[in-house]
Amino acid sequence: MTTDLFEKFQSTINDYNKLPVGELNPFTVRMDEVISPTEAIINGRKTILAGTNNYMGMTYNEECLKAAEEALRSFGTGTTGSRVLNGTYNGHKVLEETLKDFYDADYAIVFSTGYQANLGVIATLAGPKDYVVIDSDSHASIYDGCAMGNATVVRFTHNDPENLEKRLARIRKKDQDAGILVVIEGVYSMLGDQAPIKELATAAKNHGAYVLVDEAHSIGVFGKTGRGVAQEQGVEHLVDFTVGTFSKSVGTVGGYCVSNHPQFEALRLVCRPYVFTASLPPSVVASANKALELIKDSNLRVKLLENSKRLNKGLADAGFNMGTTGESPIAAIIIDEKFTAVEYWQNMMVEGVYVNLAVPPATPNNLSLMRCSLSAAHTFEQIDYMLERFIKVGKKLGVLT
Amino acid sequence: MTQSTTEIFDQISELMAPFNTKSIEIKPDTSFATDLELDSLSVMDMLAAIEDHFDITVPLNILPDLETVGQVAEAVKNILDE
Ligand SMILES: Cc1ncc(COP(=O)(O)O)c(C=O)c1O
Repeated sequence: MTTDLFEKFQSTINDYNKLPVGELNPFTVRMDEVISPTEAIINGRKTILAGTNNYMGMTYNEECLKAAEEALRSFGTGTTGSRVLNGTYNGHKVLEETLKDFYDADYAIVFSTGYQANLGVIATLAGPKDYVVIDSDSHASIYDGCAMGNATVVRFTHNDPENLEKRLARIRKKDQDAGILVVIEGVYSMLGDQAPIKELATAAKNHGAYVLVDEAHSIGVFGKTGRGVAQEQGVEHLVDFTVGTFSKSVGTVGGYCVSNHPQFEALRLVCRPYVFTASLPPSVVASANKALELIKDSNLRVKLLENSKRLNKGLADAGFNMGTTGESPIAAIIIDEKFTAVEYWQNMMVEGVYVNLAVPPATPNNLSLMRCSLSAAHTFEQIDYMLERFIKVGKKLGVLT
Repeated sequence: MTQSTTEIFDQISELMAPFNTKSIEIKPDTSFATDLELDSLSVMDMLAAIEDHFDITVPLNILPDLETVGQVAEAVKNILDE
């Protein structure tokens, strides 16, 4: 008998089949109507969205909608081509100019998703004789960028500069000239913790390594003009490449990388996830461009972090075991049992609150989490509602005593 | 000073102690997943201990090929001999 190609997924399929079918399955949620950045109709029920990474609530911003509509009418529904062939419109160039201005950087390249930005930049920059050194809690797109490239991949302990230093020293002992790329994230999406960029980047610089910071969850949220954690910590001069996404604070889809490296533009020629995929549709490009302009001067991040503090503090005061502190827009309750987490999630849905059920391998340290991402568009009333429902379900399931 | 695979294996067996929660006898064909029931996180921690002990870099790229303690000893020897 030849091998069934799906055989290797059997244990995953078995696990999945233990979940109920229908509305209480956490992996088949369907938004039937979306009312606003913070509300949708799911299973016929009006539901507060507390897990959509829509940090700035930009998805329904009037100015962004208008820009997208205009571009849609003028430039059509799609580009039907790669950036290097027919897929670069005026809008794509304008967006790259906006990004350069936003980051005060010399170069900017727009990708079709943040995932592809990481995939492309990491796999292309770090070649066969080079090293990529990544944080152990890195996002899947960073791991996949490593898997796609031909560099030697080394992991260091999450947010641990000493551990990074040790690993870099070992690489240098063996290979004095190797190119090294250190990859970290501004904010880690599950527990909302920030990288100590100064310490990590200093270790990198001491060994002649480049530093890439993925600000996917921090663009718009941190820094005086919303550039992210590097700006917040005052260490932008230590960062060689900034990667990010338009799929969270910017409220649409797309990814980017900015840099001051004089040869940066060469990526457009050699980076396969840039070359071999169609470019973003004009309407997406236009709304991203508008959203970046708005985010730069906005004080929405103040409201966002106020919201997060309110939920985090409320949950901690109620006695939940928290994975987060309210320093980021994430609120995550640690649930001891994966099964209880599923049940918790189902109960929250019935109560009209959508949160993320986050379980391994998407989480660090094998944690099961009820993960919320706050939005500047949430009202205090909505937050208090979430809080009340979390407490109600927590008592019902014995998570709170 | 080059070490033999057996010497390396013996040192690795010692380093395994904190991860060998079921106290099974460690042989070259002892597997991390089925015999020691280590999840991928524990395997990572264990490899970090091995890296520190031998002062080497075990690249993530070769992890998929390392299923047993003997294979790790072999890999460490190759790295030390490079
Ligand atoms: C850290 C990190 N990098 C990259 C991405 C990918 O972004 P995108 O949704 O644009 O593909 C995400 C989002 O899931 C992320 O959390």
